[in-house]
Amino acid sequence: MTDNALTKRKAPTRKPTAKKVDGGQLTKYYRDMMLIRRFEERAARAYTEALIGGYCHLNLGEEAAVVGLMSALRDDDYLFTNYREHGYALLRGIDPNRVMAELYGRVDGVSKGWGGSMHMFDMAHRLLGGYGIVGGQLPLATGAALAINYRGLDEVVMCTMGDGTANIGAFHESLNIAALWDLPIVFVVINNGLGMGTTVAKASAEPEIYKRASAYAMASERVDGLDPVLVADAATRAVASARVGKPFLLEVVSERLRGHSVVDPAKYRSAEEVAHLAQFDPVPALAARLVKEKILTTAEVHKIDEDETARADAADAFAKSSAQPDVSTLFDYNYATPVANDSRRLPGEPLFAAAARPSTEASR
Amino acid sequence: MTIKTYRQALHDTLRSEMLRDEDVFLMGEEIGVFEGSYKITAGLLAEFGDKRVRDTPIAEEGFTGAAIGAAMLGLRPVVEIMTINFSLLALDQIVNHAAKIYGMFGGQAKVPLVIRTPGGGGQQLGATHSQNIELYYAFVPGMKVVAPSTPADAKALLLAAIRDDDPVLFLENLALYNTKGDVPDHDTPAEIGRAKITREGHDLTLIGYSRMAYIASNVADALAESEGLDIEVIDLMSLRPLDRETLITSVKKTHAAVVLEDDWLTYGIGAEIAATISDGAFDYLDAPVRRVAMAEVPMPYSKVLESAAFPTNDDVINAIFQTLEAVGRRLKKVGQSHD
Repeated sequence: MTDNALTKRKAPTRKPTAKKVDGGQLTKYYRDMMLIRRFEERAARAYTEALIGGYCHLNLGEEAAVVGLMSALRDDDYLFTNYREHGYALLRGIDPNRVMAELYGRVDGVSKGWGGSMHMFDMAHRLLGGYGIVGGQLPLATGAALAINYRGLDEVVMCTMGDGTANIGAFHESLNIAALWDLPIVFVVINNGLGMGTTVAKASAEPEIYKRASAYAMASERVDGLDPVLVADAATRAVASARVGKPFLLEVVSERLRGHSVVDPAKYRSAEEVAHLAQFDPVPALAARLVKEKILTTAEVHKIDEDETARADAADAFAKSSAQPDVSTLFDYNYATPVANDSRRLPGEPLFAAAARPSTEASR
Repeated sequence: MTIKTYRQALHDTLRSEMLRDEDVFLMGEEIGVFEGSYKITAGLLAEFGDKRVRDTPIAEEGFTGAAIGAAMLGLRPVVEIMTINFSLLALDQIVNHAAKIYGMFGGQAKVPLVIRTPGGGGQQLGATHSQNIELYYAFVPGMKVVAPSTPADAKALLLAAIRDDDPVLFLENLALYNTKGDVPDHDTPAEIGRAKITREGHDLTLIGYSRMAYIASNVADALAESEGLDIEVIDLMSLRPLDRETLITSVKKTHAAVVLEDDWLTYGIGAEIAATISDGAFDYLDAPVRRVAMAEVPMPYSKVLESAAFPTNDDVINAIFQTLEAVGRRLKKVGQSHD
């Protein structure tokens, strides 16, 4: 195992949580992580039951990273993310019922059933999209930061991505522009060591991705993504930097406990590696810490689990009961500004209604 | 009315829209200090400053995407892509993002973006700088694509594009920048999605857009003079949406059509026009729909080879004569050979 996620875990930048953390805050982190964990497990079940279509990428194993990152944002800050996004949507404050309804493709979904797992969007909660094209969100997020700068506001854009995204051209173009123009943006690379099955070492000439920032004279940091406190601290520093016009690259070293998506059995990982991964699961690690530091009792930890399991089940029930979109709405979002001669033809319909032959009309 | 070049009409419209709306700003390569490769933005940096006339790095994907993101937050960016050839570097942002965001998120975010970019050919710029690939964008639902051929329409369509809440690809043409025409002094936007009959006639429908609509008008005027032909000319103006009704109504009247395009014939814009006429006016046609398009080669540098590959007035005239022959019409010039 020369180039897998495990060796990466021994990176010298890893630091233990040194400072004393507020118990209430830690409990909230745990509740949020458990919300994501149980929601994603419920989504995976619905997917394997063929109730959810398309692709379905889960945040399992990344809960601490998601929780820490989202804790650093103000309500009026913006988030752009990729297709592994359910947890981000939940922690931006979007009702789990609406997130699950989107997975089911129903009218109550955050994107009204038009986006699915990869394309969730909610302007009210300033989640400006999950994006299905690797790297597609980077130029967009940079432009949102430009708009904030243009208007002289003090909001910040956070733009998250996977490790594979660091190798796409849009990464270079966006970081360069953000740094050139002093834009209020934090680029976050969730480095879970794997693209789909291709390791970071096989895809990135510089596998310590945060070092790429030096090419743009941009500040950067690498943080252990299995500890929500460390992630929150690093993200808070990064956001503070962006808020004064100094964009930031934050690399969050995480783990992907499952396959790339629900259907991926991850056969490229050895049994030994999979077994080894379990010890890097951030959720039981935080539970143990809460009990050890006497912040919560074991019974209280279980209660949080039960609460969040119930929320996930309720979201699933809500999604199942939400209406399917009516076919008559198919062309509702062709254009924001209505336009002449907009095509609203279903596949089997002719362009022009059948007309009498001109000879029978004696028109010629 | 004021007589202006196509270039001046674009410049003046950008300027007046920037004065009207502070959310309108310009982005692109070399548009500020250098004043634009084709000088459309001359003087605007000095007048508006670098916040609103923003020189970008050579990064089409990055700055086009940034414009899309800024538009999602309510700004109204007008991006200049130096030539349409370079838009290929921004294809993912235009096709996968600008065109998708409104629908894909259930109508929650608009993208009021304009991408100005010229097509071309005929200037010995070689294979990578002589393409007309507006089809790539006209193919995509969610995009609007407009292509003015006169200074007046350049103004009216640019006004419409900037004030529209959807992504609009605004096709210019290198050969049109120095053409002149009357431009109204008032600010009245055109209606996107409408073609325009620029010359009424009964003998044949001649259809074009951008440079080829300009050629179509000139040829129709010349043939009226020399041959007494009464040709109806349609300027498509809007490639998406496509105004099919105007085409069909005209062909039902004239019974023949010639379609002009500066792109390639196979799968090109003209193919869609021909199919539309077949769908909507099949029984009215007295001759097959004829297309005039660029030769299907990577455009050579050699002037001789380029001239052979690029559609000319003579190519258009020949296509018209041959179509009218097929109809059975006797012409002063070519009709004699069939007596």
